[in-house]
Amino acid sequence: MTQRMDARFAALKAENRPAFVTFVMAGDPDLETAQQIVDGLPGAGADVIEIGMPFSDPMADGPAIQAAGQRALEAGQDMVKTLTLVKNFRKKDDATPIVLMGYYNPIYIYGVDKFIKDALDAGVDGFIIVDLPPEEDEEFCLPAIAKGLNFIRLAAPTTDDARLPTVLSNTSGFVYYVSMTGVTGSALSNPTDIADQVTRIKNHTDLPVCVGFGIKTADDAKRIGADADGVVVGSALVQAVEKSLENGKATANTARAVHELVADIAKGVRAARS
Amino acid sequence: MSGENSLRMGPDERGRFGHFGGRFVAETLMPLILELDEAYKAAKADPAFKEEFDYLLKHYVGRPSPLYYAERMTEHLGGAKIYFKRDELNHTGSHKINNCIGQILLAKRMGKPRIIAETGAGQHGVATATVCARFGFPCTIYMGAKDVERQAPNVFRMKLLGAEIIPVTAGQGTLKDSMNEALRDWVTNVDDTYYLIGTAAGPHPYPEMVRDFQSIIGQETKEQMQEAEGRLPDMLIAAVGGGSNAIGLFHPFLDDRDVRIVGVEAGGKGLDTDEHCASLTAGSPGVLHGNRTYLLQNYDGQIDEGASISAGLDYPGIGPEHSFLKDSGRVEYVPINDEEALAAFQLLTRLEGIIPALEPSHALAEVVKRAPTMDKDQIIVMNLCGRGDKDVFTAAKHLGVDLNSD
Repeated sequence: MTQRMDARFAALKAENRPAFVTFVMAGDPDLETAQQIVDGLPGAGADVIEIGMPFSDPMADGPAIQAAGQRALEAGQDMVKTLTLVKNFRKKDDATPIVLMGYYNPIYIYGVDKFIKDALDAGVDGFIIVDLPPEEDEEFCLPAIAKGLNFIRLAAPTTDDARLPTVLSNTSGFVYYVSMTGVTGSALSNPTDIADQVTRIKNHTDLPVCVGFGIKTADDAKRIGADADGVVVGSALVQAVEKSLENGKATANTARAVHELVADIAKGVRAARS
Repeated sequence: MSGENSLRMGPDERGRFGHFGGRFVAETLMPLILELDEAYKAAKADPAFKEEFDYLLKHYVGRPSPLYYAERMTEHLGGAKIYFKRDELNHTGSHKINNCIGQILLAKRMGKPRIIAETGAGQHGVATATVCARFGFPCTIYMGAKDVERQAPNVFRMKLLGAEIIPVTAGQGTLKDSMNEALRDWVTNVDDTYYLIGTAAGPHPYPEMVRDFQSIIGQETKEQMQEAEGRLPDMLIAAVGGGSNAIGLFHPFLDDRDVRIVGVEAGGKGLDTDEHCASLTAGSPGVLHGNRTYLLQNYDGQIDEGASISAGLDYPGIGPEHSFLKDSGRVEYVPINDEEALAAFQLLTRLEGIIPALEPSHALAEVVKRAPTMDKDQIIVMNLCGRGDKDVFTAAKHLGVDLNSD
């Protein structure tokens, strides 16, 4: 098993603060700018980095992340370039865990075994594959785990207690609790309900439980981070990319806009339990 | 008949037809898919469910649809005898209603009154809006913005029937994007919503369920052919977009190995161009919309847009059972291009006084190629799965006729 994820969560536990998990899209708005964005995330306060693998048909994503994926694809992003992005990041940072997030088809077409090997070589720590539920574990989850990579599962409000053990089996790294029934970037639901759900999941597992979908501000992060082991922010960051563009192209301000927002939300994360 | 070597046994418990099918959905939807699977199994085992389905098919849809011997078409082509399974005479004008009746009864049984659906040409949207009106359920239809434009008569029909139409601009604004959008709706409204998928694709149990509801087409054909000719046909031909009318005709015949079976894909402007929808002939296996199947995609696993004169065939995937039948060699899949379909559309209109939809016009173009090469005592059955009222504007445009200039 790659060690970065467990080491990072253990260190955060010792500090008694939640993890700040940031999501950005590989190749958005172009490969070079995306590299700058990713490279600067740890300095801005990110503890774990999720990198989206763009897909033409992102069924579980809202408009912000759909648009980010489309920008990346239009700029020529593909799976090979996404792995290169990780490889370049690893030259400078060997501690921050990297999770690739996306849909199964691009991996399937790349070739499962080759993708696992290349991802390991690039310095990837784990995967979140939205359309691979436990029922399809043989496809990719089991081969990835066998090679020491983390397979991080989504648990949803519709995942009841009877189903949770199924979802939590073959899961490692952390559990990603989807805060609502909906797509990424929707309105955040009641924080008290979310806290109850985190507690419910923790009754079934020793893994850290991070919460995502709908967390957009430092204040959201502070409230959710009080109970969760980590907060995931994605749509807000890709929207910061979008807002910084001129005629669809990156500006001198693009990477900075993302890093400033990350730094701001990081303050909320760090204040969650103080 | 359905022994070990039967081709009619699929799918297995995991929703696989051989290597194809499956349940590739987000965790939020997985419990719903499992619930649907259970509910469908229970419904299938309940005689009352079948009774109500049969009653509505007979009295509301107008089944059985006739098996019509096309005498003039047969004479014109000078070969095999040609029969049409006339599902275009169904209420709402296509085979889509068969599946909608089955699924709305299931939605009612499951206590999920809000119905959502995707539509391309609008035939499935109209059929869904129709059964929702009949059962008093609210209905939301996702339709690509491009399709809303090119299928205006069907959009108006759906609105008359009380459905809310949501034009989809995400992605490229066609059928696959409508399906993405319907899935996003479902993942958001999990408690009261039933997703009424219109084709034999999507996550298990949809491909099986839609096929079962459409199999009435093939079952009737078998009986009617016995009555008319005292034997099975030599060949079945049907158009495949997602593949629901075709699997409905084919499935009851899969183990009758003497019956040749041909599925016809939309060849658009030709397979040597980017503008076609021939996922089986020109695509490769991948995972989209909950199942593994043949897809039009690039080297990176990004899904390509299909293109066809027929909005109903304009989908870059195909039902997983067709992928299985292709690889097993049981069914032959061939492309027909826009021009050939349009010529067949006109031919049927003139020879038999039947205006077909552009979807079965593709199947007909294949009949036109095959029948002359066959003996006069051989028999072809083609699924005439939709009527062409909705397509007269498109046809006029392609034939260079301005309907406003009269």
